[in-house]
Amino acid sequence: MLKYLVRRISATLVVLTLISMSVFLIFDVLPMDPARLTCGKACSPAVVEANRHRLGLDVPVQVQYGRWVKGLFVGRTYGEGQAEFTCPAPAFGYSFNRHECVTDLLKRAFPVTLSLAIGAFFLWLFVGVSLGIVAARFKNRWPDRASNVFVLVGTSLPTFISGILILLFVALKFGFVNPIDLGKWVSPFENPLGWINTFIFPWITLALAYAATYTRFTRSNVIETSSEDYIRTARAKGLSEKVILRKHTLRAALAPIVTLAGLDFAGLLGGAIITEGIFNLPGLGRLSIRAVLNDYDLPIIVATTMLAATFLVVMNLLVDILYAYIDPRVRVA
Amino acid sequence: MSAFLEVKNLTVSFPTEDGLVQASNDISFSVDRGETLAVVGESGSGKSVTSLAIMGLHNRQTTNINGSAVLNLESGPIDVISAPEEQVRRLRGKAMSMIFQDPMSALHPYYSIGDQLSEAWRLYNKGDKKAGFKRATEMLELVGIPDASKRVKEFPHQFSGGMRQRVMIAMALINNPALLIADEPTTALDVTVQSQILQLLKDMQKEFNMAVILITHDLGVVAEVADRVNVMYAGKIVEQGVADGIYYKPDHPYTIGLLNSIPRVDQLEGKRLIAIPGQPPSLINLPQGCSFRKRCTFADQVADNLCATIAPSLDMKENAHFSRCHLTEKQLVAARGGK
Repeated sequence: MLKYLVRRISATLVVLTLISMSVFLIFDVLPMDPARLTCGKACSPAVVEANRHRLGLDVPVQVQYGRWVKGLFVGRTYGEGQAEFTCPAPAFGYSFNRHECVTDLLKRAFPVTLSLAIGAFFLWLFVGVSLGIVAARFKNRWPDRASNVFVLVGTSLPTFISGILILLFVALKFGFVNPIDLGKWVSPFENPLGWINTFIFPWITLALAYAATYTRFTRSNVIETSSEDYIRTARAKGLSEKVILRKHTLRAALAPIVTLAGLDFAGLLGGAIITEGIFNLPGLGRLSIRAVLNDYDLPIIVATTMLAATFLVVMNLLVDILYAYIDPRVRVA
Repeated sequence: MSAFLEVKNLTVSFPTEDGLVQASNDISFSVDRGETLAVVGESGSGKSVTSLAIMGLHNRQTTNINGSAVLNLESGPIDVISAPEEQVRRLRGKAMSMIFQDPMSALHPYYSIGDQLSEAWRLYNKGDKKAGFKRATEMLELVGIPDASKRVKEFPHQFSGGMRQRVMIAMALINNPALLIADEPTTALDVTVQSQILQLLKDMQKEFNMAVILITHDLGVVAEVADRVNVMYAGKIVEQGVADGIYYKPDHPYTIGLLNSIPRVDQLEGKRLIAIPGQPPSLINLPQGCSFRKRCTFADQVADNLCATIAPSLDMKENAHFSRCHLTEKQLVAARGGK
C-alpha cells in the first residue's frame, strides 16, 4: 500500500508539473502582449518596456517558468528600489490590472467557490441518490416516472437558464434576497444564516443540474446490482428486502458514485463560472473569466488553471485511495 | 408418514409480451430427509424455475404459481406456495437453503467470507459478530477449507472456484437446514473439482440428514449421488423413478436419447454418439399432444397418431417408475435395444 501511494503521489506531481508547463507555453504562443495591456491607449513604448521588465516578461519563457516555480516556494519580489514589493510564498504572480498579488486574490475568491461547491455537492448528492434509489425500487411505477421528469428537466435546462429563472422568479420576486446584497460574501463562521441566505439559490441552481445525472446513475446502478447473483444469494439466506437493499445492493451500487462525485466536486472547486456569474458571487470562476475576457491577466489565468487542475488530480488520487478502501478487489495484492 | 417436502401439481408460468410462458407444468414429487432427488433436463426444461418457486425466490409480481409445496416441519406443515411472503422468508436459510451454479458471482465481492457466513448465522441465532465468525470458521473447516481461521477474514476474490462453492455450501448449511436445493452446483467448476464438491455434498447430507434436490443436466453427476430422479422436458416431468431403474431401464424415449448421447467407457471402439435430433419446443405455444413428439424417433410406432393428439399422462410402468409415454412396454424394450 505504501509503495502504491508513493508511486501514485509522484505520478501526480509529474502531471501537475506538465500541466503548469503547458499552461505557460499556451500563453507564450498566443499573439497577445501582456505588457502592452498594462497601460492605456496613450502609452509610450518606454513605459511598455519598463512594465515588461517589471513583470519579468522580457526573459525567455523557460526562465519565466523557472521564476514562477521558484516564487511558489520562496515568494517573489517585483521591481527595484522604491517600487519594489514582494508577494510572499506561495506566490502565483502579481496582477497588474488588480494591483495585487494573485495569491491574495485567490485567498478571497476560494472560500466563495468552496462554499458554493460544498453546499451544492451535499444537496445534489442527497437529492440525486435518494431519488435514484426510490426510482429503482418503484421501477416503471409512478415514483419512477416522476423522477424521470425531474431528470429530464435537470439535464435539459442549462444552468444559465435555470439560474436566471431561479434568481428572477424565486429569489428576487419573493424578496428572499435583496438585490444590493446579491452575492455578498458572508463567512459561515460569523453569520451562518446569512451564509446560507447568500448561497441557497446558487446551490439549488447547481444541484439541479448535477442531481439529475446522479438520479439516473443511481437508478440504473441499483437496478443492475439487484439482478446480480449475490443479491439472489442474500435473498436465499432469508434476509429481509430492507437489509438486502441497505447492506447488499447499495454497497455495490453506490461504490462507483464515489468516483463520479469526487471528480464532479473537484471540477466545481475550480470555479462555477456561469452560476457565479448569475448570482454575482466573487469566486474563482468569476476571477478567471474576468481575467480572460477583460484583462488578459496572465498570472491570474495561470493560477486559476493550475488550481483547478490540482483539485482534479489530487481528488483523483483521493478517490482511488478511497475506492481501494471500499472495494476489496482493488486493494493491490 | 409423509416425506419432508411434498410438491403437488406445481405449475409456474409467467406472462411475457409474446404470450404466457409455461415454465413448469403439473410437477409432483416428494423428497424425504436423507434422500437425494436429482432433477435432470436441458436448459429451459423448468428445473430451476420449479426450485426457485419452492424457495420463494421467483418474482412474485410477474409469476403465476398454482399447486402446492408442503414442508413438513416439526412445528407442522407449511405450504410455501400459499404462505405469506414474510413467512416463507423466515424459512429460507433455516428450513431450506439453496446453492447456485456460479460460485464466482454468488458471493458479495465487498464483504469478507466471515461477514457473509456470520450474517446468515446471526439471522437465526443470538450471538455477536465474534460468535458468528467462530461459527463461520467451524463451518469452513467442516466443508474442508484449509487454514479456515485465517481464510474466514478473506474476500471472495481470494478464493478459487471450487473453494467458493465450498463457502457457498458452508453458508447454506450454517443453520442446519432440512432441505438443500443445489442448482447445478458443479457446472461452473473443473471436472476434478466437480467430484470433490459432489463428495462434499454427499458427506454433508449424511452429517445433517438433509433432503437434497440436485438440479443438473449432467447424467454422470446423477449416477454418482442420486437416489431418485426426475427427468424434465419442456416444463413437465417425463420420467420419474429410482436412479438405477432410470439408468438400466429408461421408460421414456427422451431419457433413452439422453443416455445414448453419453460416451461410455465400455464402448470405446469408434462408435458415434447418438444425438437427439431437433430443438426443444417453445414454452409459449406448446404443441398439442406429447411435447417430445417431434424429436421422438418412436412416435410413428404409436397407433392412431396418438402422440400428436393426446398428451400422455405420468403413468406407472412395469419397473415401478413413472413416465409420460404412449409406447407399450414391448415397444419400450425394443427402444432400449432389447434390455
